[in-house]
Amino acid sequence: MLSATSIAARVRSGEFDPQDVTEEAIARLQERDLEVHAYLDPDIERARQLADRVAETLRRGDDPGRLAGVPISLKDNMAVHGATLTAGSKILEGYRAPYDSFVAQRLIAEGAVLLGRTNLDEFAMGASTENSAYGPTRNPWDTDRVPGGSSGGSAAAVAAGIVPVALGSETGGSIRQPAALCGITGFKPTFGSVSRRGLVAFGSSLDVIGPLAAHAQDAALVYDVIAGHDPADATTWTGTRPSATTEKADLEGLRIGIPEEFLDEAVDSRVLESVSTAIKTLEEGGAITKVIPKGALPSMHHSIPVYYLVACSEASSNLARFDGMHFGPTSESKDTLDLLARYCATRADLFGPEVRRRIALGTFALSAGYADAWYKKSLSVRRLILNEFTALFGDYDLLAGPTSPFGAFKIGERSQDAYSMYLCDLLTAPACLAGLPSVSVPCGLARKGTYKGLPVGLSLTGPAGQDHRVLAAARAFEAIRGTPERSPIHGDDA
Amino acid sequence: MTADMRWRSVIGLEVHVQLSTASKMFCRCEARFGAPPNTLICPVCTSQPGTLPTLNGEALRLGVLAGLALGCTIDPSTKFDRKNYFYPDLPKGYQISQFDRPLCRDGHFKFSTEEGEPREVNIVRAHLEEDSGKIIHPEGVNFSLVDLNRAGTPLLEIVSGPDLHSPDEAMAYLQELRRTLRYAGVADCDMEKGGFRCDANISIMPVDSDTLGTRTETKNLNSFRFVAGALQAEIERQAAVLESGGTVIQETMAYDPDTGKTSVLRSKEDAHDYRYFPEPDLPEFRVDPAWVAELSAGLPELPRARQTRYAVDLGLNKRDADTLVAEKELGDYFEATLEFTKKPKETANWLLTELLRLSNDRKLPIHELNTTPARLAELVNLVASGGVSIQAGRLLATAMEEQPGQSAEQLAQSMDLVQLSDDGALRQIVEQVIESESSVVERYRSGNVGLLNALLGSVMKASRGKANPKAARQLLLDTLDS
Repeated sequence: MLSATSIAARVRSGEFDPQDVTEEAIARLQERDLEVHAYLDPDIERARQLADRVAETLRRGDDPGRLAGVPISLKDNMAVHGATLTAGSKILEGYRAPYDSFVAQRLIAEGAVLLGRTNLDEFAMGASTENSAYGPTRNPWDTDRVPGGSSGGSAAAVAAGIVPVALGSETGGSIRQPAALCGITGFKPTFGSVSRRGLVAFGSSLDVIGPLAAHAQDAALVYDVIAGHDPADATTWTGTRPSATTEKADLEGLRIGIPEEFLDEAVDSRVLESVSTAIKTLEEGGAITKVIPKGALPSMHHSIPVYYLVACSEASSNLARFDGMHFGPTSESKDTLDLLARYCATRADLFGPEVRRRIALGTFALSAGYADAWYKKSLSVRRLILNEFTALFGDYDLLAGPTSPFGAFKIGERSQDAYSMYLCDLLTAPACLAGLPSVSVPCGLARKGTYKGLPVGLSLTGPAGQDHRVLAAARAFEAIRGTPERSPIHGDDA
Repeated sequence: MTADMRWRSVIGLEVHVQLSTASKMFCRCEARFGAPPNTLICPVCTSQPGTLPTLNGEALRLGVLAGLALGCTIDPSTKFDRKNYFYPDLPKGYQISQFDRPLCRDGHFKFSTEEGEPREVNIVRAHLEEDSGKIIHPEGVNFSLVDLNRAGTPLLEIVSGPDLHSPDEAMAYLQELRRTLRYAGVADCDMEKGGFRCDANISIMPVDSDTLGTRTETKNLNSFRFVAGALQAEIERQAAVLESGGTVIQETMAYDPDTGKTSVLRSKEDAHDYRYFPEPDLPEFRVDPAWVAELSAGLPELPRARQTRYAVDLGLNKRDADTLVAEKELGDYFEATLEFTKKPKETANWLLTELLRLSNDRKLPIHELNTTPARLAELVNLVASGGVSIQAGRLLATAMEEQPGQSAEQLAQSMDLVQLSDDGALRQIVEQVIESESSVVERYRSGNVGLLNALLGSVMKASRGKANPKAARQLLLDTLDS
């Protein structure tokens, strides 16, 4: 499949008809999604209407925008007026968003054709997409395996070659980890550089929307479109923002550190092997790489507990609105007029077990008598982690390492053990806690071992606000390494 | 001996005031009372998934103004927190409020009791928060309805120290608080519309003790009368409990105005754990001290200062000063009139009698009457100079309101109300009376000086009431004694 960059160029030049491009994408979706279940709702009529709009704009002779005719899929936790917004949960079954998210507005304004609502772990809580109330998504590289999560639907849709780009959201690793497991590029912007308006909240101080793309250049293009100040999200930052698309893609002289903390013993040896090769590639491009001895990020080993405490505390509050009173379905399992019993029935019956576990954890962490030891303590450690990263960026432009400790695992392999699933975030949660921009780029397939033949992701993390440089490095890396390997389902179609 | 004499009560009040903003606190929906249910709502204030709050700057400005009027410290930065609890009138499942860093803190607020005794309460804190929606329980059905028009309306919660010691004192504090906030222009404190609501913390202790008793909190008192009733009822209830050998339990009470009694709403064990934490959707924000200073300089004169000035500097009696200060518009009108008259007492008299009568009769607020301060001043000056009598002035007031094109003097002329004060016409009448009442004059001259009033009456009668009594009296004396 062509890149978003070249589709947009050809639609704008008149070489491609946006309606044809859209119909082709719909056909791919209808065929390939039978195998991967990346979509909760194909939402085809909307795609056709948006394609018509682009065609109409072209007929008028107006500029249809930087993403003219590009089919883009959104994770089903971002509001598009009139579309589903299940967040992968039964508690929002049948609910339709009454307004557009900021990112949807931006994409539509640039001529993108929104195609389908992608699957996710319920309320973005998970790392395998198995926590979706609507069944798991399968990895296009091996349909017995998970695509990662929680943006597993978006990652699988891109890896299967249905769309060139999709949007995901990340709280602890939910863009980069599925990107790594599906062999595509996934970018988590700096917290506050993309508006969260219209994103169903999980951990508000961590949640970020970002692109998943087959090509690093496309991730940069979509990032440029969706980033920017939004007066309706008080946490977005103002000020100038260099373009990630036009930033020079050059590794020459770039100081790249590899903290030993990123090479944790939990990391699979074959994953490490691929990452080592990738680091050599970075050097070939002119980067100066250096392994930073253990001790530079002394608080990093607290990342998993701190991340789960912060995210779950915020989630316990964010998810309080799903009470069956104001919108969404209500459980009918208890025929009672007792208010508390109705709340309990709806929330017990319609939230899945992982969501309930996290609400319970977060409620506990914020409770009187416990908040000091858990919630407040975790905020302090979070600040330490940020400070340690900031200190490292005095000496390094970027930090590199594996995105995920392991490759795509089997469906069911980790789902019975919450803690082993939480370990998926081991290497991604730190940048989330620190709010840093970080990209996962495909760096080849594992040659041997448990994940033989499955994709591995290289993670590049930069200082806050340097999103353009992180993406430029990803583009440079891809330019040297060549077009990433494609999944069997994607195949060789052009 | 009543409970009041054996026990000393300790009262602290939490007052929720709706700020006078055009739109809601965290979205741009109109903030207005009385619209049809669920017509002033949007995705944000109905808490649709994915929505985010954005702060209404006007709510912040009014909050700072209120804090300044209450003598509070305004810190240079503050933040919002989430207060988590489930209720159908709270669609997010949490209220955005302020927990450990309120916008305003440590104020000192002066007021006077009904008897004029000065008092001071500490304002522990005043913080911004959003209002909830309203639940309606229709009769005879097994469901309730929720109206979210009010959800997200900006509130300021003002928490006093436990510095009040009787229901009367509490009432006096609330009255002063209400009029101060109205003067500062931050809230209209309309109780009927829920714009001023009170929770009361009450404990009692023996008059000779200095150990505080266990307190209870009585919730949702939405009129001054209910506050007084609830405080009295709760003090009596606690006294009865203690006098029968029981102990007061820390619990939340409700007041039933029909029975005049308080009853337990929930016990301490059922107390909410609100799980406060910083609102991650609203970053900490700066409250620029220079801006605060600017707002402080722009605060109008507050009612207590104005009242003192009226009583002490202008020499008005306490009742008139009270009435003029009760509503800012009245005091403002008074001051505008005074500019033209420089006669405080007379101006206050005419304003509080004739102008209020006109306002009542016509059911118009004073600033919508035809009688502007300048026109009222014409009348006050005309009476004061003896141009018309007080009686005639009353007739003139009505005429002036009805005929705004005519000046006071023109109307006095055309209505034939001008007093006879000048020598010529009045002297003629006086001489006539002395001539026609010769027997009375004789008895007066022979020492019965009390008869002067009878002669003055005849002069008034002969002038058909138009004689200036003061001038006529002097003229009579001059003529009789010559």
